Amino acid sequence: MTSYLDYTTGEPVADTKAPAGPINERWDKRRFEAKLVNPANRRKQTVIVVGTGLAGGSAGATLAEQGYHVVQFCYQDSPRRAHSIAAQGGINAAKNYRNDGDSIHRLFYDTVKGGDFRSRESNVHRLAQISVEIIDQCVAQGVPFAREYGGLLDTRSFGGVQVSRTFYARGQTGQQLLLGAYQALSRQIAAGNIEMHPRTEMLDLIVVDGRARGIVARDLITGQIDTYYADAVVLASGGYGNVFYLSTNAMNSNATAVWRAHRRGAYFANPCFTQIHPTCIPRTGDHQSKLTLMSESLRNDGRIWVPKAKGDTRPPNQIPEDERDYYLERIYPSFGNLVPRDIASRAAKNVCDEGRGVGPGGQGVYLDFADAIQRMGRRKVEEKYGNLFDMYERITAENPYEVPMRIYPAVHYTMGGLWVDYDLQTTIPGLFAVGEANFSDHGANRLGASALMQGLADGYFVLPATINDYLARHPHQEPVTDDHPVVQEVLAETGDRLNLLLSVDGDRTPDSFHRELGELMWEFCGMARTETGLRKALERIPQIREEFWRRIKVPGTGEELNQSLEKANRIVDYLELAELMCLDALHRSESCGGHFREESQTPDGEAARRDDEFGYAAAWEFTGTGEAPTLHKEDLVFEYVHPTQRSYA
Amino acid sequence: MKLTLRVWRQKNADADGTMSTYEVDGISPDMSFLEMLDVLNEQLILGGEDPVAFDHDCREGICGACSLVINGDAHGPERTTTCQLHMRSFKDGDTIDIEPWRAAAFPVVKDLVVDRSAFDRIIQAGGYITAPTGSAPEAHATPVPKPDADFAFEHAECIGCGACVAACPNGAAMLFTSAKINHLNVLPQGAPERETRVLDMVAQMDAEGFGGCTLTGECATACPKGIPLMSITSMNKEWLRATRKVAKR
Repeated sequence: MTSYLDYTTGEPVADTKAPAGPINERWDKRRFEAKLVNPANRRKQTVIVVGTGLAGGSAGATLAEQGYHVVQFCYQDSPRRAHSIAAQGGINAAKNYRNDGDSIHRLFYDTVKGGDFRSRESNVHRLAQISVEIIDQCVAQGVPFAREYGGLLDTRSFGGVQVSRTFYARGQTGQQLLLGAYQALSRQIAAGNIEMHPRTEMLDLIVVDGRARGIVARDLITGQIDTYYADAVVLASGGYGNVFYLSTNAMNSNATAVWRAHRRGAYFANPCFTQIHPTCIPRTGDHQSKLTLMSESLRNDGRIWVPKAKGDTRPPNQIPEDERDYYLERIYPSFGNLVPRDIASRAAKNVCDEGRGVGPGGQGVYLDFADAIQRMGRRKVEEKYGNLFDMYERITAENPYEVPMRIYPAVHYTMGGLWVDYDLQTTIPGLFAVGEANFSDHGANRLGASALMQGLADGYFVLPATINDYLARHPHQEPVTDDHPVVQEVLAETGDRLNLLLSVDGDRTPDSFHRELGELMWEFCGMARTETGLRKALERIPQIREEFWRRIKVPGTGEELNQSLEKANRIVDYLELAELMCLDALHRSESCGGHFREESQTPDGEAARRDDEFGYAAAWEFTGTGEAPTLHKEDLVFEYVHPTQRSYA
Repeated sequence: MKLTLRVWRQKNADADGTMSTYEVDGISPDMSFLEMLDVLNEQLILGGEDPVAFDHDCREGICGACSLVINGDAHGPERTTTCQLHMRSFKDGDTIDIEPWRAAAFPVVKDLVVDRSAFDRIIQAGGYITAPTGSAPEAHATPVPKPDADFAFEHAECIGCGACVAACPNGAAMLFTSAKINHLNVLPQGAPERETRVLDMVAQMDAEGFGGCTLTGECATACPKGIPLMSITSMNKEWLRATRKVAKR
């Protein structure tokens, strides 16, 4: 047993798949160089896809269309429910339909800059190129995007950019895109090309002879633990924001698939890069089970403010104009309320820390539509944001047409994830990661409306092209069966883990541990991080883990639908992942994007990046339970977008 | 608030179920209904009892997982999903009945969890537009008149929760099925499969054992997304049109 602080630094890791040459030719070149699988041979090869969100749903459907045999899993009762469905705002694409100066290069530039120069140029450029095809694809599927009276697609501008490149379907863009992918998936299920396993959760990865060959999964209804084998495995299991307990993620979104893959050899990159979204509904009490996001499109017309005076408890409409501080407009006059998410979140925290926060506990700021209603009229505001206003009113019982909304930042997205190369392959050959599960495109901060773009780019276009190369190189893999010693070992470990959870019979519920871990992470690995705090968290997490295995209480048995067992098993993985997040945050003593280290800031309180020391992606290797991990650095080279201090003033 | 809950408990699909009574205390009006059930479950676990199983995920009213009949109403007294129902809709001392969706085509799995896979099979029968990845024309090649786009969107909002079926005295799935048909059939992209879509989806809906429609209208009243009752009329029109057209071929 060694302390996590004793981590070692190993050989650097490099992406060997992105071709050299001009950046706008790299994707074409890679697609040409990648080997192909003969259409007649595809049906002989099986691909496992874990997850049915935008990335998994689109990947499964497309691979099946190409002729592969796809075996797909989701923990939900239907592949239509993955949490991509909750994305509200929109999806970016460099269509330049507005003729407002947008281009593929500008989307590429904005994404690299918005990610605070911690992403890979080749990947981001490809994402920008593919963005235009995504819109075509989704329209062909019948996704009902917002349209102008002439029948053409409408776009809007979105957090952190100055062009209107965001396509949207009222406040339900994620839902409509996901249903498009789900319908494509359904067509392939009906055609017999996809074997779909809903209510089935991946619990471990099977790696044979150094290659990913299958998974161990539990049928959540019967409790049956089964093995599934394939020629390649694709993880599309989403992000790990639920480490924080309270987040905007779905209640059951979890990190088990990626964490178990990490334990089996896949490097985990930049785990400390988490995004705190500025416009969420503040929490109301200890019973809070999750947080709800309000689309940041609200920042296009809403104005954010707090009282100038500390502890001003007057109702908002009694605070005169000259006693209000529209702090984003004051500090960042050119971007105003549209600064990137990390900046808006931190600014909200700062004013609340100063004692100028509003609402219960002073953990909130106003998002005010009074000016917008006066300028555009209530009807226009209703048309644009009606469903968001309704949602706010349902949750808070306050009418945002009359009283300004109260918002506060919440954990929303994780930029970190499994390290992948340009082909989206992890460090385990045959294991691919797509969507939020990988680390590739957003660097240290994701721009608004870019998650949907990345999930669909990975699933519809990137993975189906790159996975061919791997499958073509490994056409006849030795079949794996349950009596293989590796499989026996993985099955035994999985069974033992669940049995142990059921047998401790302690005095604390799974939720009580999850909540405790979440509070610790929010305090020390949340919006602002310090060396002292992170060291404290690193000391505390192993203690919570020890207590967990001593005091956890999981009722029922493993041979039935047992939601407490599902939860407890996910917490086992959060308790390990949390430690790696804190270590990553501690080692990266610079500030960048969503990762703000208080020790590293400019004189005026902005994040101070240190490119010379930290211009790399941190890929962590698991070295054994209770052992300190090994750090592998991937140097980030910027040939096209020269790193500058981000400025939104 | 202090509440008495009468909850449907059923060990598994084959077991008989029963209503069990529980007391919960300290419920705040700001809690969501599911957060109130979380309180009950924490209490049950610590007391050595099995917690109540229920489906839920996003808890923001969009994934369609949550599905409770509360005091006889699908999703309870407000027109929203159960996860967006707040305890301010109840008062101290209330007794609340909590049951799963009741429909022949939605068998109970455990407690409040039901099997809604019949919905997936209805979509698989034709609830899509055949557009393999990579085959799409430029998005602006086909303008869609705004009224049609808005009509499509209004129906595309369905979250597949099944409240329409649970509310219907016949256990019919007409509103769910019609929402998808109307979404896709009004769009130019959906036109080539317009007839097969409605015929195949309706046939699958019948095969799943959903009841017939008597236009009671309970479905549209219960729908948390406001899919209009006229949706069913539009589907029937589509079905008649398709039947005549196919017969002529």
